[in-house]
Amino acid sequence: MAETLDKDVVVKAKEPLFGKVEKKLLKDPLNDNNPITVQVLGVCSALAVTSMVYPSFVMAVAVVFVCAFSSLFTSLVRNKIPPQVRMIVQLVIIATLVTIVELTLKRFQYPIYRQLTVYIGLIITNCIVMGRLEAFAMANKPWRSFVDGIGNGLGYGAILLIVAVIREIFGKGSLFAGSPLEMKLIGTTPDYFINTMADGSWFGWYANNNLMVLPAAAMFIIGVLIWIQRSYNPKLVDIS
Amino acid sequence: MYTTKYIFGFVFIMTSLVALVLSGLFMGWKDQSAINESIFNKRAILGAVNDHLGGKDAQTMGDEEVNAFFDKNVKQIALDMSGTELKAADVISSGYKGGKAEHIDMAKEKKKDEADRIIPLYVFNAGKEEFYIVTVIGNGLWDNIWGNIALESDMSTIAGTSFDHAGETPGLGAEIKDNPTFPARFKGKKIYNEAGEYVSIALKKTGAKASNPHAVDGISGATVTAVGVEEMLARGVKYYEPYFNSIKTTKKSGVRN
Repeated sequence: MAETLDKDVVVKAKEPLFGKVEKKLLKDPLNDNNPITVQVLGVCSALAVTSMVYPSFVMAVAVVFVCAFSSLFTSLVRNKIPPQVRMIVQLVIIATLVTIVELTLKRFQYPIYRQLTVYIGLIITNCIVMGRLEAFAMANKPWRSFVDGIGNGLGYGAILLIVAVIREIFGKGSLFAGSPLEMKLIGTTPDYFINTMADGSWFGWYANNNLMVLPAAAMFIIGVLIWIQRSYNPKLVDIS
Repeated sequence: MYTTKYIFGFVFIMTSLVALVLSGLFMGWKDQSAINESIFNKRAILGAVNDHLGGKDAQTMGDEEVNAFFDKNVKQIALDMSGTELKAADVISSGYKGGKAEHIDMAKEKKKDEADRIIPLYVFNAGKEEFYIVTVIGNGLWDNIWGNIALESDMSTIAGTSFDHAGETPGLGAEIKDNPTFPARFKGKKIYNEAGEYVSIALKKTGAKASNPHAVDGISGATVTAVGVEEMLARGVKYYEPYFNSIKTTKKSGVRN
């Protein structure tokens, strides 16, 4: 498929900058070819970071950035990379971008840097980034690779946010905790966070569910999401 | 297709370029990053006495304000393990160029033998009363955890705390920092019992009674971090005991410094 894409461009010399192909590249990862639910890449970080919405959001933004630019740079030098060392080259590009993200945060947004250091490092090992470099950027032109990177980053981020919203509401009764937008949904005392049962003073009808805080919950939620997606999307029925 | 020479050349040029870009960025931003870090630490220290900042909140104060407020109201003392005050030259000879207590790197001290460590003490002057803010460090589940504990002038009652960590799990161990109710649990607890013995603060998994002055609630789902906090408090605050004892005796004998 990648080869034909390249030939298309050669035949029709005047392609619009954002034509059908680019639209498809951007839209596909959101549903038909979602990195988490269909390609099943990057599940590890989806399980680990999604206990709260805010870190998931920053993680998603960082992955979109790294995914897009590593695809762009890899694609720019794709014909010069010797195949023997191609994975090493890809890793160096990804690691460089991640380090740049880290240094930038440290310089301009120190508190967020302190909150996220571990996760930013984790992007290097995110399978989606390298998976897209191997599957797409190594065989396609820079602009399309860039769009593909953005699309896959968004597809990953979308699932991350859905899972995180469910987990944070039912696990902690809050939304966006730790960010300026922090919302307290269940309960009125500052005790909404955890240990609502501690001194017997729990409020209303709901006690926070600790299972939702633990990574196992993300596994169930992603499983259910895959189930729902497959029963709605006929294209996916016979894939696996 | 590609000769070995080409491969070596390609890799060499690529890594050199990357190294150049990254080291350039790192060096160019190093100073500002260090300032950010120092302000972040000062804010954490002031966060431990947040109730006594004269209506201000350490989290919402601007960077410059934190710096000025800290320098104006906080006296820094560097101590060795026997409770003797160290001079700036001693701190510098321990490897901290600035020579002040704020320059002491707790993570570095943690690697030394217990007897060789030096520890920072911050005395916060809130007008009417003084608070002694001690810094402790210990092990969480994945990496270091540390905290600032503010003691009232009786050197037993906790006026406030702030905790931080290098890599605890968000939603679980990271709650020691992210959840505002966790540091608040320590307020009013006492590290000495009525007989004057050092008992520290325990973190109870099943929940602590509000009437117990030496225990607080643990963190659900983060047993290892809670054990780490308990151990860090029991060991770390005790480091300051010789110094506190020396102040207590001077105060009793009526001699004021």
